[in-house]
This record gives sequence, structure tokens and C-alpha cells, in this order.
Amino acid sequence: MDAVARRRLAWKCRRGLLELDLVLQGYLERHFREEDATALNGLLDLPDNDLWDIVSGRRDDYDAGFEGIVARIRATRVAP
Amino acid sequence: MTLPVRRFDAIVVGAGGSGMRAALELARADLKVAVLSKVFPTRSHTVAAQGGIAAPLANSTEDNWHWHMYDTVKGSDYLGDQDAIEYMCRRANEVVVELEHMGMPFDRLESGKIYQRPFGGHTQNYGSAKMAMRACAAADRTGHAMLHTLYQQNVRANTQFFVEWMALDLVRDPQDGAVLGVTALEMETGEVSILQAKATIFATGGAGRIFFASTNAFINTGDGLGMVARAGLPLEDMEFYQFHPTGVYGAGVLITEGVRGEGGFLVNKDGERFMERYAPNAKDLASRDVVSRAMTTEIKEGRGCGPHKDHVLLKLNHLKPEDIMHRLPGIREISIKFANADPIRDPIPVVPTVHYQMGGIPTKYTGHVVVPEGNNMESIVPGFYAVGECACVSVHGANRLGTNSLLDLVVFGKAAGESLIKDLKSMPSPHRNLPRDAGEISRARLARLEGSSAGERVSDVLLDLRRTMQAHCGVFRFPEDLIEGVQKMKSIADRAGRTFIADKSKVFNTARVEALELDNLVEAALATIVSAEARKESRGAQARADFPERNDKDWMKHTLWYKDGNRLAYKPVHLKPMTVESFEPKVRTY
Repeated sequence: MDAVARRRLAWKCRRGLLELDLVLQGYLERHFREEDATALNGLLDLPDNDLWDIVSGRRDDYDAGFEGIVARIRATRVAP
Repeated sequence: MTLPVRRFDAIVVGAGGSGMRAALELARADLKVAVLSKVFPTRSHTVAAQGGIAAPLANSTEDNWHWHMYDTVKGSDYLGDQDAIEYMCRRANEVVVELEHMGMPFDRLESGKIYQRPFGGHTQNYGSAKMAMRACAAADRTGHAMLHTLYQQNVRANTQFFVEWMALDLVRDPQDGAVLGVTALEMETGEVSILQAKATIFATGGAGRIFFASTNAFINTGDGLGMVARAGLPLEDMEFYQFHPTGVYGAGVLITEGVRGEGGFLVNKDGERFMERYAPNAKDLASRDVVSRAMTTEIKEGRGCGPHKDHVLLKLNHLKPEDIMHRLPGIREISIKFANADPIRDPIPVVPTVHYQMGGIPTKYTGHVVVPEGNNMESIVPGFYAVGECACVSVHGANRLGTNSLLDLVVFGKAAGESLIKDLKSMPSPHRNLPRDAGEISRARLARLEGSSAGERVSDVLLDLRRTMQAHCGVFRFPEDLIEGVQKMKSIADRAGRTFIADKSKVFNTARVEALELDNLVEAALATIVSAEARKESRGAQARADFPERNDKDWMKHTLWYKDGNRLAYKPVHLKPMTVESFEPKVRTY
């Protein structure tokens, strides 16, 4: 994955909700793996509130293809 | 080098609720409209608005626009312009019903009418003890529902979106100051062009990111405020920001008031339940202002927690774990994720946190940007409009009434669109000629970043800016802190002029975007702290330790801050509404 593709993905992690900004930034910095790129891109197409419901564990009705990445994003801690 | 030029009838900068409402009005009038947005439109910060949108529909209780107007004027602590407030309240029902007809999924009563719920500060009969049910909502995601509805309508109306484009600076006609469009950076290519238009609407949102503790998303960098300041135009009432007492320390994510309602309470480093000293009766359930000020006092007097003694703790671990899980869903998750504290065992570190900017670009209720010129304090800048959180109409004055923010977006988004359509009819049909130096400010900013091989790191300057604003210009303001803070901010502004980016690549260079955003945050922060230091009173969201009272005689006036020399000017509040009697200032108690 080249630097441009990675930056493009990072910008797509800029969201309307601070909660998502923080979690996605933490995930990208510490847990991102290149094989997650396609799934992450798909996940980031979801509307902010739906995505936050999934990330915060309020909802589990997401596409099966997102299972791995959702688990990794959910496990991301962003405490200072 | 001349920049490529694209021409439109109108440009809207920003694709949140107000920008999309304005764009819809224009596109429906068959104008050629371009909407610029740094991110995909439905990822604008409007999605974060949960509470609802105010409209005196009277579906559940008796209500009318006069009562709504009274609550808004009082909430503003008499700094709101009463003509603009009357205008907004009178159009509230119309714009909400319009949203319903566009398909916005409001909660409903059994009768099929829009369900309305009570909300803090919404009263019947001019402040009586009876609550008005005035807040229309779509579950707890009203902003999200509104934004998606407006986006779909815009797609249908053929609005042209420029996604991942960042507006950089205004282009103005040196003859009469008219706005002729903006320069903008296309992130995908790194190219800068001039988007020329007969009229330009700013809908760029607030600058809550200037504070270390902020609920605002990362995109809220006050870009419109920076562009206006650099163009030599003033910013109004920037000292007023609304704070929430319990944001997670270091993250900004909100812990709902409901936690204290369920028995959670705040403690200092000694484990003392300090709210008992400040509000012996209401204790932790005292109003937001009182709780926030008490927290700040504890921190300032050395009783804060943690290695920097810069926060307090919200204790829930005396509650039954099953109550925390059932009555406060999501809180445990947020606390673990953002504070690394499981509230069943550990208290949550919290600090007063900014979430809404009342000030902004000076406008009137038509959406026109207005600035002092000669003897006229409110002369229209031709071709320039501002709406939403970036604008100061001013309907929120010194403090915003809950659920009026979403209303502000749609009322004034629509009003600005209507004004623009009317104004275009009297304009000559070809575009004006661009000045020879059009785009020069942006070119110089980019050339500096391009040419520097060493300097300040953007992230360092940004962190210092946010920490300085938090420490010196927070929810409770002290004179010596403000004076020192102004000096510190000036030196941070100098440092921001020496930033450096290592990566000079063109395509999708986010480091460059962040450096450009910092320039905007600097202007917003300077405007805020300079205006706050100068206002020697407490009013609405500005609470000063040395001037604890509101002073209508000397300070019932709007602040105007200019970038040039950090100069301040003042203009009168519009106390006269459009058709009704003025609401005379009273002591504001709830």
C-alpha cells in the first residue's frame, strides 16, 4: 500500500463524530494492517451514527466481511 | 503564475446542515451551485446533534413563537439581536414542516403529528414554571437524520459537490470589497484554483477545536473564520462558547448529565465531594455553569487530580454494577475506551468541555455578512453570506438555548439562499473581472510551506494552542490568566507563521491540509481570547472571577475583533424586534 493510498484512507477516517475520529485514529496508528485496507474502506462508507453503533458494540448487524476489522477497532483503546 | 478559474452562480463552502439547506434553495432555483466540503457531506459535524430542533408547533402543549422568542432572548442573556430572534422563531414551524415533507423521519405522536419533548429552558407563557414541549427529534440522532435528508434533496436538485476540497481564502474586489469567490485546494491533485461566483455563502462550522477539551470533531477548525479574518473582516462575539461540565479528560467525549442524575458525583484529589460546598442543595445536579465553575475552581486551587492536577473525577463505583449497565447504557463502554477506566471499579476523569461557539462571522437575519463602514455599523459586504455555527446573526447572543442550533441551520440556510436569489436578479449578468492579484494570499501561504526546510511542527503548535486556550480562557476566566494568555497566543501565532512540513508531495498531502487548518485555528483562538480579556463582565457563557455580574450599562454590546493589530470595536445589540415589544433585560435565573 503506497503512502498516498494510506493518507487517503486516513482522511476518510475524519468523521462527523469525535468518538469515531479518536477511535479510528488510534486504530490506524497502532493496529492497522495492510490486509484490512479494503474492509476498512467499506466500513468507512457507513454513515457516522451507524458506524459508531457498531464500533461501540451497540449493534452487531454488520456485514460478515467486516468481522475481523470490527473486532480490532472495538479493541482499540484511545485513553491518554 | 495565474490560477485556473471555474465559474458558478453561487458557491457554498461547507456541507453541514446550514450549507446544504442554503444549497438546496439555490439549486431549486436552477442556479449553478458548487458546494465545497473537506469531507463527504454526510460526515459533517451536524451528525453529532442529538437533542432535537425547536419549533413551537404546539403538538403536545400550548406553545407559540412569542414564548419561544422570550426563552431565546433570555437564554442569550440579552446579547441576542431581538429582530433576528423574532425572525427565527416565526419561521421555525415552516422550516420544520418542510423538513418533514422532505422525508425527515421525526418521532411521531399516535395522531401522526410530530412528537415534541420538553427541553431545558423551554417554557410556556414567558418563563412560567410550566415547560413547553417544543423539541422535535428523530430518536437521539436528529442532526444525522436532518443531514441525510438534506443531502438526498440536494442530489435530487443537481447540486454539484466538490468533495475533499478545502477552501483557502476569500477573493475580493478591491474596489468595493465584494466577495468574488474563494481559492480552494483539491486534495486529490494538490492543485489550487479559483472558484469564482456572483455570491459566496460560508457554512464552515465552529472552531471548538481551539480548546484542549472539546466535543468537536477534528474537522471543526474554523476555516471560514480564518478566511474572513485574513481578508480583513471582523469576527463577532467570539468570547462566547458553551461548555459541558463532564467531558472525558484528554478525549472530550461527553458523559451525559444522566450519570449525575443516577447518583454519580464529582470528587477532587482528596476524595471530597466538593459540589456540597458550592451548591449545598442541588449538589452535583446544579446547573451546568455552576458545576463547571466549581470544577475549575477546584483545579485552580490545586485540588485537581492526576499528575498535572488538571481534572476531577466522576465517581459511579458506589452504584450497583447492574444499575450502571442498565440505566446508563454506553457509559461504561465510553469510559473504558476513552479514559481506560471501568466505572464499575474506577472513577472517570472529567473536565469542563467546549461544545458550541456562539460568535462568528457578523451577519444579519437575511444571511448577509455585515461590517462597520463609516458611520454604518452594519454595511453589507456585497456577494457574501454566512450561515450556521460559523455565523453570528446573532440569535444565540451570550448563550444558546438547547435545540436552537439545528433550527438556526435551517432557518438561516434557507434565508441566505432566498436573499442570494433576490440579489442575483439585480446583478449584472456576466461575472466581474477578477483582480490581478486574485489568489495571492493563498499562493503566499502555500509558497511559504513549500519553501521552508525547517521550522515548527504543526502538531506541536496546535497542542500548545489548545492547551493555552484551555488553561487561560476556559469556562471560568481569571484576569491574570487572560492577560498572560493573550501574550502566549500572540507568540503561538508567530510560531504558526513558521510551521514546516517535511512532505512536499502534491497528491493527498494531509500534512499540508493540517498546516493550513492551523492558520485558521490561530485566528479563531486569537479572536476568542482577545475578546474575552477585553469584556469586563460576566454574561451568558463568559464567567469572569473579577467581574462576576452582568453589566448592561457598559457591556450590552457586540464585540468585533479584527486580525490587524488584534483591534476591537463594538456595536449595539438590536433590542428592537421586528413587530413585537422589546424584551427588557432581567436577571437571568433558572
